[in-house]
Amino acid sequence: MGVKERLEKGLIKVPGGTILIAKMADIMAWARKSSMWSLTFGLSCCAIEMMATAASRYDLDRFGMFFRATPRQADVMIVAGWVSVKMAPFIKRLYEQMPEPKYVIAMGGCASAGGPYRDSITIVKGVDQFVPVDVYVYGCPPRPENLILGILKLQERIRREHLAEKNGLPKPVREPIIIPEAGATG
Amino acid sequence: MPVSPEKQSTLSTVEILSQGMVINVGPQHPSTHGVLRLILTLDGEQILHCEPVIGYLHRGLEKMMERRPYRHNIPFTDRLDYLAALSNNLGICQCIERLGGVEVPERAKYIRVLLMELQRIASHLVFLGTFGTDLGATTMFLYAFRERELVLDLLEECTGARLTYNWIRVGGVPDDLPDGFAEKVLAFVKVFRQRLKEYDQLLTRNRIFRSRTQNIGVLPKDLALAYGTSGPVLRASGVAYDIRKVDPYEVYDRVEFDVPVFDRGDVWARYLVRMEEMHQSLRIIEQVLRDMPDGPVQTKLPKIFKPPAGIAYSRVESPRGELSFMMVSDGSPNPVRVHIRAPSFVNLSVLPCLLEGAKVADLVAILGSIDVVLGEIDR
Repeated sequence: MGVKERLEKGLIKVPGGTILIAKMADIMAWARKSSMWSLTFGLSCCAIEMMATAASRYDLDRFGMFFRATPRQADVMIVAGWVSVKMAPFIKRLYEQMPEPKYVIAMGGCASAGGPYRDSITIVKGVDQFVPVDVYVYGCPPRPENLILGILKLQERIRREHLAEKNGLPKPVREPIIIPEAGATG
Repeated sequence: MPVSPEKQSTLSTVEILSQGMVINVGPQHPSTHGVLRLILTLDGEQILHCEPVIGYLHRGLEKMMERRPYRHNIPFTDRLDYLAALSNNLGICQCIERLGGVEVPERAKYIRVLLMELQRIASHLVFLGTFGTDLGATTMFLYAFRERELVLDLLEECTGARLTYNWIRVGGVPDDLPDGFAEKVLAFVKVFRQRLKEYDQLLTRNRIFRSRTQNIGVLPKDLALAYGTSGPVLRASGVAYDIRKVDPYEVYDRVEFDVPVFDRGDVWARYLVRMEEMHQSLRIIEQVLRDMPDGPVQTKLPKIFKPPAGIAYSRVESPRGELSFMMVSDGSPNPVRVHIRAPSFVNLSVLPCLLEGAKVADLVAILGSIDVVLGEIDR
């Protein structure tokens, strides 16, 4: 059933306008997926691409993404950059401070697996060693389009989770989504 | 001043109250431009003492470089100062070229200077955007990034990447400029001149912006020299020191440009230096495109590159200041020792002096005006 038919089923015409009737779970899923606020947390190079994604041309606001400076108001953490042993405890604490339900996007090769610094003694080989990661976005750094694709996939997952809850099915296992690196032509 | 825990237990109430409050800024703080931590001691609104803590991005890069052949190290330098990846590429390539006595073709030199100045504009635009956001002018962020995308389009067309270009090679550049590149750059120069005027109207003549930057964080000339600062921070304090003039590399001695110098030494002067540098970069770009000769762009080098034993040192003017590389060779394919002199690291060392006595609200303005990149501070 398409969105249009579903909408029309719930629409009731009353004098002076129209009322939309929908199930609470549907509205919740729609609201949650379209207002993912993310934590401003730039570590290194990928942070600049994250800023570019949020700025004029790519405009993350279109997808309801809005950067918040405090973890208490954030739903999703984008780890953008390499994670050193000194930085890792702070990331873990920030993750713990975020309210449930929370999601993590590992942006770039360094946050996913250590990247070019894999053989360095001070670099943690991927942020998934201490926080659960939902989406891995590959690239060094990933193009903004690639990050947006990762965010859209995460939105799809959030919607699915709620559909399963509504139908009494077990919640889907949160297996990581992997966004492969795009070429120069996208 | 912070007191040791042993001494703390013997202090009286009056003494404890007069010590000031210690607050911690960072490493996760939106205005520290990366993961810098500042431990501030406050007396009301005034900063008594500031202690920067760095090392949150440390990855032992200089040691890692010793384990790789010379040319494999170029991609690492992209990720040092990630706002000006090409300047870093040029720094290490010049150093390796001096070590091995490699000649660079004329056309490659011109292409390098062209890319360097485009990169300087892109880097200063990020400064402008983040600096504006820090001071409450969020519109500036969107405007600056709009123009930055235009520069990135040009650089992407030439190098194939948006941020980590890895395009300067030992002995030249890997490929010639794409067809019609010069026309596109000139079209950009024309548009950007207009946009710079818009920025002037938005910020330079803005009274709120002026009162938040003028006479804030004054760095005297002697202090700037004593700390060894370089780049816009030094030039805003009245010292005309630019590696492009003092020790010209590539073709900087053949192009005409001015080095902007201001005597005020405050946040406002540092902002003006960067704005003026963008104008000068446009001038250089036009001259380079006019004078660019035809010819090859790369010198052929052996597959396994073994420079003779010796030491080489090179310095370039990155958007943040004097960036230099030193490499020691013993005739093997890998360097024995690499040292990187990162301009941000030296410029950051002056921060505690600037913050002493300043108001907390000016912290973001002062830190933003130094324009540090943590990737090259920690290495």
